[in-house]
Amino acid sequence: MHLVVDPVEWRALAQDIAAAGGRLLALWGTNRVGQCDTLHAVAIAPPRVISMSIAIADGTQQYPGVEDVFPSASRMQRAVFDLCGLRSTEQDTRPWLRHAAWPVDAFPLAADPMPSSLPSPIDDYAFVRVEGDGVHEIAVGPVHAGIIEPGHFRFSVVGEKVLRLEERLGYVHKGIERRFTELPILDGHRLAARVSGDSGVAYAWSYCQALERMTGTTVPPRASWLRALALELERIANHLGDLGALGNDAGFAFGLAQFSRLKEHLLRATEQALGQRYLLDLVVPGGTRNDLAPAGATVLDEYLAQLTDEVTVLRGIYEEHTGLRDRFAGAGAVLPELAAWIGLVGLAGRASGQTLDLRVDAACAPYDELAVRRCTRQDGDVLARVTLRFDELAESVRLLRRILRAMPSGEHAVAVPVPEPGAVGVGLIEAWRGPVVTGLEAGPDGTILRCHPQDPSWHNWPALEHAVIGNIVPDFPLINKSFNLSYSGHDL
Amino acid sequence: MLKTLQQILKTGIVTAAPPAPADELRVREALESRIREVLGRALCIREVDAGSCNGCELEIHALGNPVYSIESLGIRFVASPRHADLLLVTGPVSRHMEVALRRTYDATPDPKLVVAVGDCGACGGIFGSGYASCGAVSNVIPVDVVVPGCPPSPTRILSGILAAISKSPTDSTGRPGQ
Ligand code: SF4
Repeated sequence: MHLVVDPVEWRALAQDIAAAGGRLLALWGTNRVGQCDTLHAVAIAPPRVISMSIAIADGTQQYPGVEDVFPSASRMQRAVFDLCGLRSTEQDTRPWLRHAAWPVDAFPLAADPMPSSLPSPIDDYAFVRVEGDGVHEIAVGPVHAGIIEPGHFRFSVVGEKVLRLEERLGYVHKGIERRFTELPILDGHRLAARVSGDSGVAYAWSYCQALERMTGTTVPPRASWLRALALELERIANHLGDLGALGNDAGFAFGLAQFSRLKEHLLRATEQALGQRYLLDLVVPGGTRNDLAPAGATVLDEYLAQLTDEVTVLRGIYEEHTGLRDRFAGAGAVLPELAAWIGLVGLAGRASGQTLDLRVDAACAPYDELAVRRCTRQDGDVLARVTLRFDELAESVRLLRRILRAMPSGEHAVAVPVPEPGAVGVGLIEAWRGPVVTGLEAGPDGTILRCHPQDPSWHNWPALEHAVIGNIVPDFPLINKSFNLSYSGHDL
Repeated sequence: MLKTLQQILKTGIVTAAPPAPADELRVREALESRIREVLGRALCIREVDAGSCNGCELEIHALGNPVYSIESLGIRFVASPRHADLLLVTGPVSRHMEVALRRTYDATPDPKLVVAVGDCGACGGIFGSGYASCGAVSNVIPVDVVVPGCPPSPTRILSGILAAISKSPTDSTGRPGQ
């Protein structure tokens, strides 16, 4: 459902969606010479997906904020200003994605070209200070000790206990949305797959879905089944990686060795079956780049049999290991009520009682036939996020077996026509981390006028700030890992 | 505990387990002997994500799994650039990470090696350069070896590390020279 509304109606609509238990999934702006400034939003109130365009009156460049209705809108609104120059009415006007790479009065998605004389590359960000007896600050990042993405965390602590955490992101902002406008629209899926490499299949599919919807393309059945095969393999690869890393962060190196071995074997089986270890180039407009290799189904079947046996043993070990349980249980809890208020989504959301799963609630082919079993937990702590990964891994194995057995024959791709200028489309795919939403608008001659990919991490980063309150600083790496949010997908 | 031990016994040693392709084994052997020759101790690597999509990080992580078992070759990832012989840098360098990368480079003791990993590190990749991206790592700090690929496989990354330490003549301190 697509609605065109004015700014006042937008607030009322947002309140109605929230009252119906709905979620804001994406928010972005467009600001172009000669055209009305527009804010765009995508929300879901299962089973309905609502996309909205909010026309902003000429010359005002301001619109009513909805951060009081959907808290995760706050950072998105700040990013809309940084990139497009459209300001919400919200109080917090600190920059979010902009550090010092471009000046405050230049807007990368509006100005063409950007100013070439750039200011000093280090800026001063106004962190919120916590005052009080014995309170001190710990600053971590952007470069961290391990092999992880850069970001900055500012803790206010008393002794070892965290009173407050404030995140600062945007370090890996590399101008993805502007880069999209320099690519042919039939080629944009390659960039989409690299918004967050660990979710390449989901992003490429989400982009292609938007493109296929705007051009009225029907993807052959085999293509969507191959895409689902790839998406579930991607989910399992990430869950295996996380389960190993979480064991390791809790002092159980055995877990890392075992799960990283299973993951490596999965990547090798994936390469044999579909041509790449990480399937960043598999999903293309109209279908998939290649079909399953002749021996692919057998290779994957054999791998899945081995995986099931070994994960059953490892799950038993994780459950019985008292040291692990001690570290996992109760750490970094986000209870369902808070999760609902923050708008937590995806894997972390389901570990905190939030049921949303696009494979069930907005199922595209072939998920409408696959009958995905929704997994949820209620405790919202590290243990719940670990357990949910085991649950979802098992469900993905079941889905993969079914996909391999029931995959329809036929073509794996069709040609996609160049869309008409001004055509719009929205894609929604449940990545392993949560919903990946892509808003796409065609320009003239096969160009991209605007492409906005929204990572689920936008909704979940704010929850991490809540999750660590009252925990001890040394537990932060474990809690952070249990969410495993994307920096690149968020920073764009 | 018993189950853990059983699982360890059942798994056995999987490093470079067959059917590892022959070139994988060759790279491993060459790397191991070169590290022993040049350094006579572990090669210390500091990884810096200077703007990557996180895909390259996944394959760098894989180097530590029991199949590639990078530690058994005498390579260690270290937490501080001050302990590093080699920087493994990914991503097109975002302008927001430009200063952090320069500082990390400056904090690494001489002589030092830099390996730029992935198409992005090599040339800016699909992101190119623009208002927020400096493009290739070599636009910001000196680079010894680039490892193309998107993402490059763990074996290619190992080959890149081997190429870097092979380039460097041994100096009197036993550290790789420039
Ligand atoms: S080379 Fe590819 S995988 Fe590596 S950071 Fe660039 S886009 Fe990501």
